[in-house]
Amino acid sequence: MSSILSVENLSLKVQKEELLKSVSFEIKKGEIFALVGESGSGKSLTSLAIMRLLPDAIFVSSGDIKLKNRSLFILPESQMQKVRGKSIAMIFQEPMSALNPVMTVGKQVAEVIEIHLGLKKEALKAKVVSLFTEVGIKEPEERYHWYPHQLSGGQKQRVMIAIALACEPDLLIADEPTTALDVTIQADILKLLKKIRAQRDLSILFITHDMAVVSQMADRVAVMRHGEILEQAACKTFFDNPQHPYSKSLLKEALGGKESREVPKRTEKLLTVKDLKVYFPIKKGFFQRTVGHVKAVDGVTFSIPKGRTLALVGESGSGKSTIGQAILSLVPITSGTVKFEDLDLSGLNQRALKPYRQKMQVVFQDPFSALDPRMTIGEIIREGMVSLESGGKEKALQDEVIKELLLKVELKPEYVHRYPHEFSGGQRQRIGIARALAVEPELIICDEPTSALDVSVRAQVLQLLKKLQQESGVSYLFITHDLSIVPVVADEVAVMKEGRIVEQGYVMDIMKDPKHEYTRKLLESAPKLPKEIKR
Amino acid sequence: MSIVLLWTDIMVWALVISLLIWGWVVSRSVQIKKQWHTIFKSSIAMVSAMVLLFYLFFALLDSIHLRFPIHSAGVQNQKVQYEGDIVSPLDLIFSHNIESTERTYSAPFSTHEYAKSIVVDENGVTKQAYLPLKYVSQSDDLVLKSFAALVVGLIISCFLIVLHIFWRAGGHFMERFRQTWQGKTHLPWRTAYLTITLLIMTFTWLYMLSFHYHVLGTDKVGGDVLYQSFKSIRTGVLIGVLTTLIMLPVAILLGVSAGLFGGWVDDMIQYLYTTLSSIPGVLLIAAGVLVMQVMIDTHPHWFETTLERSDLRLLFLIMILGITSWTGLCRMLRAETLKISQMEFVTAAKAFGVGKFTIIRRHIVPNLMHIILISVVLDFSGLVLAEAVLSYVGVGVDPTMYSWGNMINQARLEMARDPMVWWSLFSAFVFMFILVLAANLLSDRVQTVLDPRNRV
Amino acid sequence: MLAYIIRRIIYAVPILIGVNLITFMLFFMINSPDDMARAQLGAKQVTPELIRSWKEERGYDKPLFINHKAEGISTVTDTLFVQESIKLFRFDFGVSDANRDINSDIKERMMPSLAIALPTFLIALITNISLALLLVLFRGSVLDAGMMIIAVMIMSISALFYIIAGQVLFSKMWHWVPISGFESGWSAVKFIILPVMIGVFAGIGAGVRWYRSIFLEQINQDYIRTARAKGLSEIKVLFGHVLRNGMLPILTGVVVIIPSLFMGSLIMESFFGIPGLGSYTIDAINSQDFAIVKAMVFLGSVLYIVGLILTDISYTLFDPRVKL
Repeated sequence: MSSILSVENLSLKVQKEELLKSVSFEIKKGEIFALVGESGSGKSLTSLAIMRLLPDAIFVSSGDIKLKNRSLFILPESQMQKVRGKSIAMIFQEPMSALNPVMTVGKQVAEVIEIHLGLKKEALKAKVVSLFTEVGIKEPEERYHWYPHQLSGGQKQRVMIAIALACEPDLLIADEPTTALDVTIQADILKLLKKIRAQRDLSILFITHDMAVVSQMADRVAVMRHGEILEQAACKTFFDNPQHPYSKSLLKEALGGKESREVPKRTEKLLTVKDLKVYFPIKKGFFQRTVGHVKAVDGVTFSIPKGRTLALVGESGSGKSTIGQAILSLVPITSGTVKFEDLDLSGLNQRALKPYRQKMQVVFQDPFSALDPRMTIGEIIREGMVSLESGGKEKALQDEVIKELLLKVELKPEYVHRYPHEFSGGQRQRIGIARALAVEPELIICDEPTSALDVSVRAQVLQLLKKLQQESGVSYLFITHDLSIVPVVADEVAVMKEGRIVEQGYVMDIMKDPKHEYTRKLLESAPKLPKEIKR
Repeated sequence: MSIVLLWTDIMVWALVISLLIWGWVVSRSVQIKKQWHTIFKSSIAMVSAMVLLFYLFFALLDSIHLRFPIHSAGVQNQKVQYEGDIVSPLDLIFSHNIESTERTYSAPFSTHEYAKSIVVDENGVTKQAYLPLKYVSQSDDLVLKSFAALVVGLIISCFLIVLHIFWRAGGHFMERFRQTWQGKTHLPWRTAYLTITLLIMTFTWLYMLSFHYHVLGTDKVGGDVLYQSFKSIRTGVLIGVLTTLIMLPVAILLGVSAGLFGGWVDDMIQYLYTTLSSIPGVLLIAAGVLVMQVMIDTHPHWFETTLERSDLRLLFLIMILGITSWTGLCRMLRAETLKISQMEFVTAAKAFGVGKFTIIRRHIVPNLMHIILISVVLDFSGLVLAEAVLSYVGVGVDPTMYSWGNMINQARLEMARDPMVWWSLFSAFVFMFILVLAANLLSDRVQTVLDPRNRV
Repeated sequence: MLAYIIRRIIYAVPILIGVNLITFMLFFMINSPDDMARAQLGAKQVTPELIRSWKEERGYDKPLFINHKAEGISTVTDTLFVQESIKLFRFDFGVSDANRDINSDIKERMMPSLAIALPTFLIALITNISLALLLVLFRGSVLDAGMMIIAVMIMSISALFYIIAGQVLFSKMWHWVPISGFESGWSAVKFIILPVMIGVFAGIGAGVRWYRSIFLEQINQDYIRTARAKGLSEIKVLFGHVLRNGMLPILTGVVVIIPSLFMGSLIMESFFGIPGLGSYTIDAINSQDFAIVKAMVFLGSVLYIVGLILTDISYTLFDPRVKL
């Protein structure tokens, strides 16, 4: 097999800081080469360097990149423009923002064909339509005139792929192409990429953080950390026998601590949600009358026992986050009841609710917007204690509690005077957990607490949540889209689709023997690691 | 001697005091202190700040008004009679210029009047001649005097700088001095000192020569242009600063409530600002000022002195400018509040049962501060420029009040003269330009540092 | 679309009533009709009869908001406020204090105003956008930095300076164009050229900086990266993608002022002796002619609201995501 792309000792610098340290790899014809690493490992920078689209401040300090034995760095910019889109094409992580919002998708595909192949009018349109058909866009003639906002996320990513394939490139760079998509759509897109590779004998540089995706897609794998390639191997060899300790730990964390939890004994119910409905009105027309409702949550019933965890699983838009907010009375409930122990919370006003606020707390998804950037860590944790009058009235007493909390979530007590921006995502999530714990709640609603975190950090945070549950007997309502972590954290699981729960039961039962078709589809779509390494 | 408190004086000093308090409060927050440090790390910001402080100094100097009693010997135990004139420390400094009023126009540094007058000489012959100015030294030692003035300026500024380094050093004077000299300080103090030196030397040069010349010439009725330019500083600075002061509370209160409470509160506030902003600004100001002028004219007994009258007009103008300018900021704050109130940290606070007003105070307003600050510095320069235009239109400050707008307006009438009377225009434009440029440069820097979009 | 426009026009009514209320309060409550009559007739020979007849002539003899003498609905309608408002809503501005018909004055003066304001607006828009695009193309270079400093300088100089300097240089010293005045037809060009140039130049600093910041914000978007990855040249990226997307924020700021161009520019017109609405307003302010100022306030508000509606409509044309 001939080599398509070779990266030779590539080093990148910004001012004096080294971002990439002598990175070398080679991609052969028809091969899918996966570059794996966590955020900040330099994998996206590598791809931008290949395209010569690095931000101005970053420069190449040494090394070379050769496409079919021709150096890309010595090409003048005008020649490089002929390489981009024609010889090397790229698809990005965020299909929402990667397409120009004010241009029809057909035009955006046509644009690249026009500049590189010089096709015009009828021929141009015919080419776009055939590309749309190839990437699986239905009614391509009509979709040609659609704008990106009219398409779903998966459809947009298909358009991106069409743009990339338009000029029959030698190399396709896919930078986390499915990270922003739901599992079922991710499975479709991955399948599509594999099919195209087979049909066109295309080389793909596949950048991802997800080991399971790698194991499904790649022929060869390179693991990156801190701007260095730690290990490079054929896919099978890699998963059978990873060499570098970091690769090993990544694989282990991706598997999750699959210790099966024994089927719990029935205990007292802490929270009971019965036939919960949350509708949002749609206003339309001349007088802005309510013409209908978005049924975000449409008749949901479940309960959480004391000291246990219920995972609420669903894809985006399934209404799972709305349930969390409804339980906390942050959105109005249309009908149904939310019972905490024996008291119905749904009818209470803010004042009557206050004693129960202490018992139910929340941890958010986005560690960046969850903490007020203008407050110190101490102030953030103290806020709830003051408002809900727990943890002692005197400041000195509260200070003690705050320090204990920080230790509990494995942070240093000295951090109290620092501001959120000084911490990493994982650390912030710990602060968020400490804030929730400060008022000694009996139930914590975890709204996708790990989806914005790297795999290794994710494992640590999940571990922490488990430890805290064992120590204090708190219950969790764990909202997530990620089925792979459910066995790690939850005792029971409820699968949601379009505002309803389609299936509910003990985790082990559902994971092994899903009854509902949608659950099965979700489980099948989730990329899996090869069986052999599941020790 | 008694102090006369004009309305605008009270406001400006209240502002200074509240700024000092704010500065003290802020200096305790590590985060905000760091932000200001970042702002002033730039030399341009430092220079601009020094220039602005220099202007502010003169504005404050002109914002203390005094009235001196008339010394009438012999009459005891009577009510003290006061002079009709109210003077400020700035007037006292420039008293020689007030007294040395010439007959008419004269160019900067000239010894004679600008236009010929008809005179009758000792022989009884009527002829046209350039009359010599009354209060100008005819001797020709400009260079020497300039040199002396510059030396004095240098000495004063050196003294001030040494004093400041001493205060900053707190013991390690020599070390600090060396650091400053080599430009190795955390903030660009060397640049700041250079700016101050330059400003002080320019001032002493202008000032000391003003005892012997009309440094910037005289206007139509012989008034000294240098004095007028300095007097105008107060008007410009006050309009720029107080207008914002008046509009800020309104804009913050309404913007935040509209964004946070939504519903009919939001509808009402939106209605209010759409209505106000739909009226063309100049016309609303014009209408307001006209109405006020009629009021002032019909109630002459409200005011003891012309100064008080013109001060009230200034105050009213500031208020009208405030009314017309809060809408833009209000709209921005509403949008930003909407955004912040959707953030998860606000949801977290709600989940803790924190009250709405505490959320506003603790979470929303601190996160709006950068928008407020940016708009304050941005508006300042716009308002200073607006004063000139409004005065030209005839709806600015009182015509008897010294302001750059009035100076331009009066000089404009003489444009047809050939050769032109340029110095009034020139002085007004230069004084204004320096102030506005400094404000613009500083606001640029504030914007780059505080605007979260510029953070990488 | 049509339903939307009708709704917006209906929404505009309360706003215009609000505008009326504000002007009405300014003119009639703080400054009673008696005061106005006295000021108009001259303070000396005023007799109560004269004041009464002056008020009757103008319909100012009615009570302000509530007419206790009238019956039924007319307690509210037969008042000064309602009567005045109705007249304004019918665009019947009445007569000025100098006994001239304001409506015909406005009609006559609209065109000269537009003759200055429209070219200024268009030329400024094109120059500012082109300059901004140029700077964005060379972003981070010496040219960019230098031009930004110049832009701040231009911004910091009073518009009055540009006018005066322009008149002195081009008219007084070099005699290229007449210093002021206006003629109808094509001969107006020689009067228009200087104010237009000055108007454009005075706005260049702020304009270029604003457009530049808009374009720079676009440059960092993901879809611009996609466009580059397609192999588009920098020029094509700028014109095909950055400009097109930058149009949206530009529209918000620009379209709203288009109708207000009819109002003309106060200082330009009065400095250059253009018989437009701007100088009309200034003269009215200087002669304290309330009737004209009121008419102009109302007209200005109407045009602003039209501008807001136009902005929304233009959005539907440029932004496929917005549907009315």
